[in-house]
Amino acid sequence: MQLYGVDIDSRLLLGTARYPSPAMLGDAVRASGTEIITVSLRREAGCDQHGQAFWKLIRDMGVRVLPNTAGCHTVNEAVTTAQMAREVFDTNWIKLEVLGDNDTLCPNVFGLVEAARLLSEDGFDVFPYTTEDLIVAEHLLQAGCQVLMPWGAPIGTGMGLNNVYGLRTMRAHFADVPLIIDAGIGLPSHAAHAMELGFDAVLLNTAVAKAGDPVAMACAFAQAIEAGSMARSADPMEARDMASPSTPVLGTASLA
Amino acid sequence: MKIIVNGQSLDVTAPLLDAALAELGFREARVATALNGTFVPEPARAGTRLGDGDRLEILAPMQGG
Repeated sequence: MQLYGVDIDSRLLLGTARYPSPAMLGDAVRASGTEIITVSLRREAGCDQHGQAFWKLIRDMGVRVLPNTAGCHTVNEAVTTAQMAREVFDTNWIKLEVLGDNDTLCPNVFGLVEAARLLSEDGFDVFPYTTEDLIVAEHLLQAGCQVLMPWGAPIGTGMGLNNVYGLRTMRAHFADVPLIIDAGIGLPSHAAHAMELGFDAVLLNTAVAKAGDPVAMACAFAQAIEAGSMARSADPMEARDMASPSTPVLGTASLA
Repeated sequence: MKIIVNGQSLDVTAPLLDAALAELGFREARVATALNGTFVPEPARAGTRLGDGDRLEILAPMQGG
């Protein structure tokens, strides 16, 4: 797939938060085969320098970073955070989050569109964390986004794809736009489902980081995403309501 | 002068942002700065004067999802 002109082979984007240790994070990233990891910015005290150690860790991983604006609730916060992230991580890529509600972490889509417009005009490549709403998606594209990242379910819930109809409709409506499922994925089967629906990639964090064995789970997600992607390419059969015997009926013995 | 650094009130003597960062222990650190809510790019730090009560945010790389 191509994201803002960059060829990416792996369909798994992996978050870097909530792992038991930095070493475990490194092992999970390698096991996943991901080429893109998400990162963030937080306050740093001069004496502890945790951020400097993390910077060295991710630089040594040799993968592309996608900084986020997590925790931002206003356009100004998100735009300023993005500007700071661009300087620190030396990339125009930004995962744009403008949150509207603390319980659901639902995107504030009005602020999202406005921030996306301002950042696109400022030369950013914006990856917006959005809903499956088609009209919001249209506005994000008009604002300059070339990639859309609808949620599967609220961040950190692990519920999977809450609105399959909406996501399927979005896929059909934006056939040529890279679509990445971002958030809500809990199991490899959820990720495989997203790929079977035709999504280009899946972005997840907690499902790997909070697994009992994050490295094994990273591997499982990589395989599920590959399987789902292959299944989509293989053109799945149509589902139907009534049974249809797979074994030929013609020539069945009369034994009653 | 007293400024608010990452939400904490601190005394700094340096009048300019780049020198204040060094004074606070960030001389070589990979950080980004915002003064009173506005991003200050690294090249502009040397020309940015601090005032009493200013709010300075110093952000560094961190894990994220």
